[in-house]
Amino acid sequence: MPSIAKPIAQHPSLKKNNLGLTVRDYEGTMSTLCAGCGHDSITAAIVRTFWELSTPPHMIAKMSGIGCSSKTPTYFVSGAHGFNSAHGRMPAIVTGANAANRELIYIGVSGDGDSLSIGLGHLSHAIRRNVRMVYVIENNGVYGLTKGQFSASADIGSKSKRGEANRMSPIDPVMLALSLGATFVARSFSGDKEQLVPILKAAFSHRGLALIDVVSPCVTFNDHVGSTKSYLYSRQHQYKATESDFVPPASEIVAHIGSANGHISEATSVTMHDGSVVKFRALPDGYDPTDRQKVFSYLQERQGKGEVPTGLLYLDESVSDVHELNNTPDSALTSIPFEKLCPGNAELQKMLEDFR
Amino acid sequence: MPPTVEPRTSTRVNDFAVKLANVNGTGSASANGLLMQAMFRMGVPVTGKNLFPSNIQGLPTWYEIRVSKDGYNARALDYDLMVAMNSQTYARDVKEVRTGGYLLFDSSWPLDPDLNRDDIHFIGIPLAEMCNIHFNDPRERILMKNVAYAGALCALIKVDMKVVEDLLMEKYSGKEKMRVSNQTALKLGYDYATKHFDCPLPFHLDQMNANADKILIDGNTALALGCVFAGATVAAWYPITPSTSVMDAFKGFCEQFRKDPETKRNNYCILQAEDELAAIGMVIGASWNGARAFTSTSGPGISLMNELLGLAYYAEIPAVIIDVQRVGPSTGMPTRTQQGDLMICAYASHGDTKHILLFPANPHECFDFAAKAFDLAEYFQTPVMILSDLDIGMNDWVVPRLNWDDSYQPNRGLVLTKEQIEELPKFQRYFNHDENFVAARTLPGVHSKGSYFVRGSGHNKFGGYTEIPDEYQEVVDRLLLKHKASAKFVPEPIIQKRAGAKFGVLTLGGCDGAVREALDLLEDRGMPADYMRVRGFPFSDEVVQFLEDHPYTFVVEQNRDAQLRSLLMMETPVSKDKLRSVLVYGGFPLSARHVIEGILSQLT
Ligand SMILES: Cc1ncc(C[n+]2csc(CCOP(=O)(O)OP(=O)(O)O)c2C)c(N)n1
Ligand code: SF4
Ligand SMILES: [Mg+2]
Repeated sequence: MPSIAKPIAQHPSLKKNNLGLTVRDYEGTMSTLCAGCGHDSITAAIVRTFWELSTPPHMIAKMSGIGCSSKTPTYFVSGAHGFNSAHGRMPAIVTGANAANRELIYIGVSGDGDSLSIGLGHLSHAIRRNVRMVYVIENNGVYGLTKGQFSASADIGSKSKRGEANRMSPIDPVMLALSLGATFVARSFSGDKEQLVPILKAAFSHRGLALIDVVSPCVTFNDHVGSTKSYLYSRQHQYKATESDFVPPASEIVAHIGSANGHISEATSVTMHDGSVVKFRALPDGYDPTDRQKVFSYLQERQGKGEVPTGLLYLDESVSDVHELNNTPDSALTSIPFEKLCPGNAELQKMLEDFR
Repeated sequence: MPPTVEPRTSTRVNDFAVKLANVNGTGSASANGLLMQAMFRMGVPVTGKNLFPSNIQGLPTWYEIRVSKDGYNARALDYDLMVAMNSQTYARDVKEVRTGGYLLFDSSWPLDPDLNRDDIHFIGIPLAEMCNIHFNDPRERILMKNVAYAGALCALIKVDMKVVEDLLMEKYSGKEKMRVSNQTALKLGYDYATKHFDCPLPFHLDQMNANADKILIDGNTALALGCVFAGATVAAWYPITPSTSVMDAFKGFCEQFRKDPETKRNNYCILQAEDELAAIGMVIGASWNGARAFTSTSGPGISLMNELLGLAYYAEIPAVIIDVQRVGPSTGMPTRTQQGDLMICAYASHGDTKHILLFPANPHECFDFAAKAFDLAEYFQTPVMILSDLDIGMNDWVVPRLNWDDSYQPNRGLVLTKEQIEELPKFQRYFNHDENFVAARTLPGVHSKGSYFVRGSGHNKFGGYTEIPDEYQEVVDRLLLKHKASAKFVPEPIIQKRAGAKFGVLTLGGCDGAVREALDLLEDRGMPADYMRVRGFPFSDEVVQFLEDHPYTFVVEQNRDAQLRSLLMMETPVSKDKLRSVLVYGGFPLSARHVIEGILSQLT
């Protein structure tokens, strides 16, 4: 992954966020992905999100596995620590990292190969543990880095560049996550920053694991006619099931563009763990983003019609995260001084009486 | 037939071996443990070896108790007394009794006359009959048979009844009914034996005072305790025999010592992972963040962890891995012991990798090596593996009381503080290194100037991605030097010299007791030899010196392929002709006789 440094000169008129940082401060090195790769658009949305949220760069932990998608953490927030781990293992590494230091803000970037094949077990169990992190699957239906083999998310009938049709049923990360009890499930399209940024923002306020499946065309190996992960297909079949806004904590909830009648009704807003609010606007009839069963049937019905429903699809803030499950302290385990961890010789000697 | 040496048996007080043949899942383990603990409390040096099957109920299981006033703690292969409670294995068991020895059996049923031996004594006690009369509950009838034979042994080999009764009081305090049943059964056996046989037998126990500063503990418990004292906060694991009890014990100790008295929160986090790939991943993630984190596993888990061990090695992230070895390859024999993971651990993962290994010989060293492992892992920023085994890990050993040095401060290695990072013009991950080739690291969440991108892909000394040969080599060459430098920091070998020694004997881990005993016996026969036990890898200069100093050295280890010898051949300049192998790898703990036979057969 050659990294190309970017010129650091900044335009003086660039807007600053609450930390006095410009959007350039949230960028990384120059991308070395293919021109037009969907992954780069997702990177841009992540940069935008962190900047708008005024997240302190040093508190961000950028985690990934292996693949074109997994390279992207070098392309955002240079001031954050990053961990480009091994193929499929990112969720396990984040789980341990998070156990040790829950104060960091974890974003995991993965691919459909990384998460749905080699790392499927780790993804599933990170969901079950509800590890607090934002988990982005940059889903292009192929293994980009190894040159275009079908991935597990390739739809039946989807054609490879060579014209071969996939005949095995796909693993849909959204359905999978819902069935595993995921507490934040979203899908978006790399070309739709308007939709993706608010979803990402909400995800960072989520109590546990926020899974975002982002359809992200691979222009080199999977953007042809007959592919169901191409730009054209995605644009034609994307169906915005939900549209949401994110209202940060402590901001007064006032009328927001697009919200029905200029106020938020109880049924369509969810208060997040940190006090922020996600407002759903223009939900389809009968859609309740907090009712797992209904979401499941709705998605199934839509997908059956060949649509790709997008948006923040399911949200549940009531489930404990990995730390609550383990009754760990509110601050990082790494901040506990050694003296508090080691019982000392007097305790040892007392205890050893049990071994007599 | 190779020549052999009879173990010393001249004195019959506090010098004998008992073997108990049982069916697993019938409650024998608790009766056998009771006997063992009572002997320990009588101040007598004693060793118990549990030879159990990979099964929950119904298969043969044996327990061996060796009493040795001289403190020998290896398996004895000559049994003075066999308690034959398993009809499935009776034919085998009866043959193992030494000539002139005794066999205790349940006379409620007839013995197979074809298996009679006229060179041993048979002691029949109607255990089932007695228990059927005294107990109503069918499960209790089975359980109490064990306690009844324990009672008979108290009379036959003079286990102090008072000590046993005290133990029952402690064990069943608050469980009145259980205590009464146990005492009844104990008395049944004791009275029957006293009435019908000449008690005690010619070999028996007598009070000693050898255990005043000793404890009775298994290696897994000791390792877990060591991890608590070393300050480990994150533990990740996937259940596997024989390492499971490490994490069980760690959890127990954490509940005892790590609940914050004010907040009632847990100052630890134990993660039961989805597999060993995840377990080591979690450890690496936690260690990257600066926690002391560890995993415990056995051979199959090590196989799975290989990929990420290479990542930790190359990206220079600490990790502590406890490998309680069992018999491989593949699933192998999960409840049998072996030292078969030396090679895979030393070089775990693809590409050029080398790891730091620690070889504890007993639970006492298990405890001490835990803190050592974390210090080494954090200082050298690399995986450190503690290679225990089933024998050390799951059997109760009499060892000197553990001690914790309260002046201990963890060696967190070269970790830059916020202030240090601030002063740097620029942080570069692998650039400046100390005399041991370790470069300072930064932790996430401290300072954005200290940020860097950890990668398992090719990187240069600045931490940047590279595919340039020189840049790549510069980093891996330093890693090799770093590994070599760690030789001075792993626990030094234990060396014991004898006047007139003609050759050396080298071993590791749990072979210690058997080899030392063998060397005493060989010296008695006019064949003194020098002893060395290696306690860490890479090997220090002392190890090389010992090998150079002897015309040849026997390397005693418990695997088929002479893995320790191979490591010595590869990692020291010593000529391979100087290294001879004694290999015992059937799955049971080593005995002195194995060692003597192995050595004598090559001394022609
Ligand atoms: C253990 C292992 N097996 C195989 C590979 C080779 N490999 C690298 S990336 C990749 C697939 C990546 O696909 P995906 O996660 O979808 O990422 P994309 O490149 O499509 O963004 C594979 C198979 C590897 N790095 N490690
Ligand atoms: S191969 Fe595909 S996924 Fe990889 S960078 Fe190119 S376009 Fe993106
Ligand atoms: Mg892909």
